[in-house]
Amino acid sequence: MRGTPPVTACQPANPWLAYTARIHAVRDETPGVATYDLMFDDPALADGFTFRPGQFNILYLPGVGEVAISISGDPHDFSSVPHTIREAGNVTHALARMREGETIGVRGPFGSSWPVDECRGKDVLLVAGGIGLAPLRPAIYELLARRDQFGTLTLLYGARSPDGLLYTDEYGAWRSAGIDVQTTVDRAHTGWTGNVGVVTLLLDRLPLPRTNDTLLLTCGPEVMMWYTIQAAQRRGLPRESVYVSLERNMNCAIGLCGHCQFGPEFLCKDGPVFRYDRVASILKVDDL
Amino acid sequence: MTAAAESTLNSETFLPRDGLQKLISHLSGDGFTVIGPKVDQGAIVYDEIENADELPRGWTDRQEPGRYRLERREDDAYFGFVVGPHSWKRFLFPPRATVATADRTENGWEMATPDEPAPRYAFLGVRACEIAAMKIQDRIFTGGSYVDPVYQRRRESAFIIAVNCTTAAATCFCVSMNTGPRCGSGFDLALTEIAEGFVIEVGSDAGSELLARLPVTPATDEQLSHADDERQQAVNQIQRTLNTDGIRDLLLNNLEHPQWSDVAKRCLSCTNCTMVCPTCFCSTVTEVSDLTGDHVERQRQWDSCFNIDFSYMNGGIVRDDVRSRYRQWLTHKLASWHDQFDSSGCVGCGRCITWCPTGIDLTAEVAAIRNAPRAKASVATETVTPQEGSA
Amino acid sequence: MSTPRQPRSPSVRPRLAVFKFASCDGCQLSLLDCEDELLAVAGAVDIAYFLEATSRIEPGPYDVALVEGSITTPHDADRIQEVRRQSKYLITIGACATAGGIQSLKNWADHEEFLQCVYARPEFISTLATSTAIADYVPVDFELRGCPINRHQLVETIGALVHRRRPRTPRHSVCLDCKRRGTVCVEVAQGIPCLGPITHTGCGAICPSYDRGCYGCFGPAAQPNCNALTDHYAVTGSSHEQLVPLLRNFNAAAPEFQAAGDRLASASSTEGQT
Repeated sequence: MRGTPPVTACQPANPWLAYTARIHAVRDETPGVATYDLMFDDPALADGFTFRPGQFNILYLPGVGEVAISISGDPHDFSSVPHTIREAGNVTHALARMREGETIGVRGPFGSSWPVDECRGKDVLLVAGGIGLAPLRPAIYELLARRDQFGTLTLLYGARSPDGLLYTDEYGAWRSAGIDVQTTVDRAHTGWTGNVGVVTLLLDRLPLPRTNDTLLLTCGPEVMMWYTIQAAQRRGLPRESVYVSLERNMNCAIGLCGHCQFGPEFLCKDGPVFRYDRVASILKVDDL
Repeated sequence: MTAAAESTLNSETFLPRDGLQKLISHLSGDGFTVIGPKVDQGAIVYDEIENADELPRGWTDRQEPGRYRLERREDDAYFGFVVGPHSWKRFLFPPRATVATADRTENGWEMATPDEPAPRYAFLGVRACEIAAMKIQDRIFTGGSYVDPVYQRRRESAFIIAVNCTTAAATCFCVSMNTGPRCGSGFDLALTEIAEGFVIEVGSDAGSELLARLPVTPATDEQLSHADDERQQAVNQIQRTLNTDGIRDLLLNNLEHPQWSDVAKRCLSCTNCTMVCPTCFCSTVTEVSDLTGDHVERQRQWDSCFNIDFSYMNGGIVRDDVRSRYRQWLTHKLASWHDQFDSSGCVGCGRCITWCPTGIDLTAEVAAIRNAPRAKASVATETVTPQEGSA
Repeated sequence: MSTPRQPRSPSVRPRLAVFKFASCDGCQLSLLDCEDELLAVAGAVDIAYFLEATSRIEPGPYDVALVEGSITTPHDADRIQEVRRQSKYLITIGACATAGGIQSLKNWADHEEFLQCVYARPEFISTLATSTAIADYVPVDFELRGCPINRHQLVETIGALVHRRRPRTPRHSVCLDCKRRGTVCVEVAQGIPCLGPITHTGCGAICPSYDRGCYGCFGPAAQPNCNALTDHYAVTGSSHEQLVPLLRNFNAAAPEFQAAGDRLASASSTEGQT
């Protein structure tokens, strides 16, 4: 059998049961993207909800449906559970019309996580595209919280345009805490003095002095991850040192409904985070 | 275990034909809803029965790819047929089930899961391939990190009366899948029908206790020999084969094989194969609410990888043509199922062959790939696919 | 933000209008046939124009227009433009509006000849040569299939509009519904030609539950493999004379059914010549 058992503080006897959570705060991030801080009504959950970086929750709007959203907050901050969400479908459109104080349902956390422990003693390279920074942010918090355990930390982050960059007001604090944050955009606008071009250009310029002791964690559009991995491999990074976060139609999140299958993997329970060598062959197959 | 039960365990007994009604009556009396085969809509389906007379006595089924017909037998056998359009999964994993509810209150949404007691089923006439299918679904719904409560409750309380096949259809290939035709385990009682009655094996304490209340006698050597003959007849009739040697790697190494495009010309993507399959488990959850939207039920329904929207995600459909959907189904069933659940997903019951409206035969599709494996990968998608008897 | 956050305003009921073109009124009647839900529907929307139900006529613009019927006259072709202008959200209801309806059979015939046969004074009749879908004339926001439409789908669609979500109207085959309800396949078990495998869900798979083949009243399912099905029926004993009328029915002019029907018809006419 595949898949690791879930590690979670709030595993109900019935995995279909959603817990009531309240929208504590909404922050608009970029056009069409906002972060929703959720707080559980149940005090035991409010204090006890834990997750690992890279895991996701199922958010439920009764009458509308469910959607799988990665948790984008600090694993050590129990005040609320943030989810950064792009308006893209039925549920996220409805969510965008909700106001602070309204309630939704939450099931989770689900899925595999970024290998933060395996990063110990290594240089860590995070490469994100667009909304793909959201599932990586908990890993950034975790790495920075244990900063002295790792070598160099680098975040390469690309977006279509400057106003598509997430969490820009945090980069200063992250840099001070010890991670090199580099950004690039596909299309600049007046006033943008930063990099222009795809994120792999940043990777090509980056010194990688210890390719055998560097881990790459990447999340973004599949095509972006693909080129990032190719670029990293050209620089000598072994496949075993690459981790990707994948996306498919996650419906039940508990491995029972079959929707999120990707080759032999159930993305909801075997993923979303995979070591690249496990999925490299199936990533090449179209329409799988 | 009672002494009487002890004495019958591990030794086959004989139940005369008229004892079948007592078996059904005892099960009903014990609070079970008895589900068994009956003739309906031109086929032998599984439905609630109260009476042995409702069983398809004297009927058999003739099956071939895309075709099923009921026929009269020359004798009065109760179980002289194979498997029909239904499988027991419709009782253990119902086509529709409410998995959760939500109610709008002054304080926001309140979520709950239904807690009604599951029906207690006794299944009469479960074939060896169907027991194998149940064991597979057990691993899916109860063997992983998360347990499905709908399935679990129904499965735990189910009483299984197996029947050994004494005949086989042209679509049967359980021998290839190592699942039958004889029932080995996973039943409470197992019946082999012979002319004068039933030779019965006990598979559990519950089965033993029920048997103790039936008018059984120890099976004679002659009765045991007749039972052997009947079972052997089924073995002899099974002609279809699926070569499973290295089948996982064969299929996963041929994901770009031209055969997928060939089958896509014949496949309707209608979902019938997945619906009749006793192991297919895909589902979707639909919100059911009234116009006020204040009370919502989350209804789980059977779904299928052949549905175009099955692989929908933001940005589009992943498997947007029949080729990729058929490939998903077959490679999952016969290949990646091994990775996921440590077994094949196919039990060789042949339903997907019979109930495919155009008669697509998975054993033939696999054979076509096996006979011409790995058509030069780089040109596989470019070449014109071979026409197979372009009817 | 490209999409401004709007507070929900459940108090404002969408203004609904129902328009009829060439049709039998059956789909409009489905709305009145909502029985248990009818009062709830009436409460959820402001019915501003619905001649079948009320003589009260309020002028546009409307939030939602339900459009029944196909376009068969020059006047209708103009009128649908006005309906579109007046309507924020236009939903076609039924086979006529979504595919041209049973009256699209005239697309395969000489309509002038029909006029001569049917009307005493054909010169007073102004009609188009074809009956075609609303979407051939104006952009359509959402389609409800069926002859007639399914009232549960209609209520679902109205509910979705009220609650500002996407309606749940799946587009898989009828087969899935037969299997869910336990209906035995009439094609496999009885050899009845059935359009279920290529027909859009929505009816609840009624006909096969009465031992009849599906006749496609909800039109083509998503990506229907019509040729594979009809070729199979031809091989297993159905004649083209049976199959062409099966396809040329309430959704005769739905593109996939039309192509499949024309293919069979031309095949049999070729055969006839040899």
